[in-house]
Order: sequence, then structure tokens, then C-alpha cells
Amino acid sequence: MASQDITTSPPAASDNDRWRAINDQIADLGEVVVQTIEEIGDITIFAWRTITWLLVRWPSRDVLFSSLHQIGVRSLPVVALTGTFIGMVLAVQAYYQFRNFGMETRLGAMINLSMFRELGPVLAATMLSGRVGSAIAAELGTMRVTEQIDALTSMGANPIRYLVTPRFLACLFMIPSLTIMAIFMGVVGGAFYCIYVFDVDPYFYFNNAQQAAGAWDLFYGVFKSIFFGAAIAIISCYRGFHCAPGAEGVGRASTVAFVQSFVVILVLDLGLSIVLDRVYFFIWPGG
Amino acid sequence: MMVDSPHDAKEVPAPLQAEPADCLIAARRVAVDFGEQSVLRDITIETPRGQTLAIIGESGCGKTVLLKTLIGLIMPTAGRVEFDGMPLDRMDERELTKLRTRFGFVFQQAALFDSMTVADNVAFPLREHRRIERAEAYEIVVQRLAEVGLPASVMIKKPAELSGGMRKRVGLARALVMEPELLLYDEPTTGLDPIMSAVINELIIGTREQHQVTSIMVTHDMRSALRVADRIIMLHPTARLDEGESQILFDGTPSEVQASTDKRVAQFVRGEAGERLSEIGGR
Repeated sequence: MASQDITTSPPAASDNDRWRAINDQIADLGEVVVQTIEEIGDITIFAWRTITWLLVRWPSRDVLFSSLHQIGVRSLPVVALTGTFIGMVLAVQAYYQFRNFGMETRLGAMINLSMFRELGPVLAATMLSGRVGSAIAAELGTMRVTEQIDALTSMGANPIRYLVTPRFLACLFMIPSLTIMAIFMGVVGGAFYCIYVFDVDPYFYFNNAQQAAGAWDLFYGVFKSIFFGAAIAIISCYRGFHCAPGAEGVGRASTVAFVQSFVVILVLDLGLSIVLDRVYFFIWPGG
Repeated sequence: MMVDSPHDAKEVPAPLQAEPADCLIAARRVAVDFGEQSVLRDITIETPRGQTLAIIGESGCGKTVLLKTLIGLIMPTAGRVEFDGMPLDRMDERELTKLRTRFGFVFQQAALFDSMTVADNVAFPLREHRRIERAEAYEIVVQRLAEVGLPASVMIKKPAELSGGMRKRVGLARALVMEPELLLYDEPTTGLDPIMSAVINELIIGTREQHQVTSIMVTHDMRSALRVADRIIMLHPTARLDEGESQILFDGTPSEVQASTDKRVAQFVRGEAGERLSEIGGR
């Protein structure tokens, strides 16, 4: 019976259906690509307008200080806490591997280098995008939905200058401090665990750590963090400004802001690491 | 430019150029589309100085979109808006920002800034444009709040602590603070009890008489439109218009709207469901 069914359907029609399905898939893919390109273009224009407003007129001191406090000072405890734990986790994960080779005293070098160059800036940026980025998107999204952004425009106050520039500057100015805090607490956490729990000799621990990680490594991490901060501010504000109506729209804006910020942080991390390594070898060819 | 622009404004034919009459604001052959959906179609309205115009029509007919188009919050897909003879689509962002200090907009839900106190909300345009000290701004705020019947004690409250009627009045005080030439009201009485609606209507009339402002009010509250307006325009949703039919079903005085013989206008004025009941499976 089954073979009869197959033979009754004309082969040409089934080929047509298959081609139509393939065409639909390609069309859907094309639509996604076009939308993505449009969105990247929109975000770039949004970022450009933010920067041009910064050149024209800075936000008032009150508004800027409020954003610095909200974004920087209030993020410090959570960044410090997570930095401490990451330092300790690194110690726990690496100790047994290093002990097999009799290199426990080298743990400090590994932990500090990881914190300075990679984990400090990425951790601070991740915490900032989770704590601050989603909050910015939700706040601006609610302002969009409740017509507060329209109200600003109707009163002759440019919403980008009034709402985006202070948040952008606050992210830009505060993320280096948060990164340094994450690095410091990671170093302290790692050292505490190695010295007090694994009984690593503190003299050799710190001596090796000092030799491995230096000023360039700190610059490396802090420099990257500035780009992360800028990306978080722009993406989060853009998502808030383009929020769909209703509670669902605000929730979605907040989630998308975090996810996109996180992906962009990782992409920027890779790109900036490659560039900074090239710069290092250009300045110190023998290094 | 900080506008929600569905499309760039198209060039308007020569006969539609600005006329330096005493017309304060004019929409000339304005159309607004959102994607494939046409919201406004070929709208031409001129509002002389000092007039109070009420735009009525059922929900979804594009009243609020028209109001936002008039102050450049939405840019028209076709046609042009002119304020005092100046076309909005020819202005850059800075000119438009400056021009908007001559408007006052009272939003449907007041759109007060949640993060600020009432005092800072009302003082916002003053601080933004006149760059005056906070104490000096607050003195003006007290006066404006008194004009809308609110005591100075509400100044320290946040918008969330206010009732709907109080919020609308704070919104009106904020719109008045820059002494605008044109006041736009988006559904000023929606969601209010009949007494508070009457209070808001009287405030609108009082504001017009005291400040000599031109007012445009969007509403579907016929009592409010009849009480406040000098002139009434009724819009109809584009989806239910016949080919080539004007979206403006009625343009006339309050007494004329009550005597209108157009079935759709009369039905709206009297608040009758009519054949619309059939859409929900009724009689």
C-alpha cells in the first residue's frame, strides 16, 4: 500500500515542493542576515549620535554623578565578591595540576596573569552588563513605553543627550575601576586560598607572581575594559530606546541587552587581545 | 534626528507651500504609514491662533499619531507640517529642539519622569532651556501648580504617589511652564471620574483664557470636546474608508457636529454601537 501511495504522487510536484521549501529557507536566512546588518547599522548610528552629542554638550553634573554612583559605586560590592571567588576557584582548579609537576609556587603567576589580562576585565564587564546593562534597558524601555522619552523630545530635550550620554560616560569612566577591583580581589582570593588552605610558601608565591604579571598586563586588562564598558552602554541604551510595547517588550529588551552585550564583550575580547599582543611584540620585539 | 520616522518626508507640491497667515500650525496633505499599514491619509488641517480644536474619532483612527506628527515626534510619510509658516521637515535637529519650546504637550498618562519629584518634573523645561537655578525654578513651579489647583506640598512627591487626576494636572503644569503658544492634549480626560474630567475641562478653558494659547485636543470624550472646543474635526480609520474618501469625516463647530446628518458622525456623537455590533457577533 505504501509503495502505491508513493507512486501515485507525481515526482515533479514533490520536487517542486522540495525546491519551494529550500527557497523559503534561503529567503528566511536572507531576511535574518538583512535584519542583522540593519541592526548593526542602527546601533552604529546610535553610537555616533551619542559621541557627537558628547562633543556638543556634556550632561549636567547632577545627572552624571547620579549615573556614576548608580553604575560604578553600587556595582563595586558584587564585582569585588565575584572577583574574590574567581581567584579562589582558579586556585582550586589549578592546584592539583601544578602540584603534579611540583610547581605550586607558580600558582600566583598563573592566577594573577589570568586575572590581570582576562578574567578581571571580562568578569567586571559581565557583572556590569548583568547588573547595569539590563537595568538600563529596562528603565529606558519603560520610559519609551510610558511616553517619557516622547515627553523629553516634546520639551526640546534630546533624549540621547539626556539619557544616553550620562550612562555612556558612567560606564566608560567606572569600568576601569571595577576591573581593577575585580583583579585586586581575584589576586587576594587566589593568594588567600593558596597560602592558607594549600600551604604554598608565600615568599615564592608572590615572588613568582610579581615576575609574571606587570604593568603591561594591568594596562592590557584595563584598556580592554574601556571598550567593554562602551559596548554595554550603547547596546543597553539602544535596546531600551527600541523597546516593544508592554511588559513583554520591556522584559525582552532587558534580556536581549544582556545577551548581546555578553556576545559583543567576548568578540571584542578576542579582537583586542590579538591587537594588543601585536602591539606588545611591535614595541618589544624580543619580549 | 530624534524622531520616530517611519519614512522620510516627501516633497510637497508647490501649491502646498506655507502661507504666512494667522494660521499657527498646519498639516498639509499629511500621510503616515507604519510599514504597510496606513494610519493617516491625506490630512489637511489649519489651526488659527487662539483656536481650540478638538480631534475626535474612534480608537485606532490615528488621532494620537496626528498629534505627534504635528510636533515632529513622528515624521509624515508624505505631506508636510508647518508651524508659524516654518516647515518642520526642513529643520535640523537643533532648530526642531528650539521650536519645541513653543509647544506644550499633555500626554495621555501624563508621562511624568518617575525618577524625579513633581517639582523637578515641572521645573525640567526651565532648567533645560533657561538654565536657571533650582530655587528660582521652584518659585515658578509653585505658581504653575497653583494655576492647576495643586498645593505646593505635592512638589516633594514622586509621580507614583499621585492620583490619575493629580498626575494630569502636574502634566498640564509642566506643559505650561515655558508659556507655550500651542498646547496639545492627548486624551486629557481618559481614565478620570466625571468630576475630575470636568475639572480638567475647566482647566483647559481657564488656561486658554489666561495664556491666550492655541490648543489642539485629541479625545473620544464628546462631553469634553463639546465643552472645550471652538472647532471639532472627526477622523475615521483608513481601513474603513472608501476609495478616495477623505479621512476627515467632519470639520465644524460643536453645534454643527451635534446636528450632523452623516450617519457615522451622528453615531459617534450619540455613542451608539449601530452596525458595529455585528463585528462582535451581536445583533
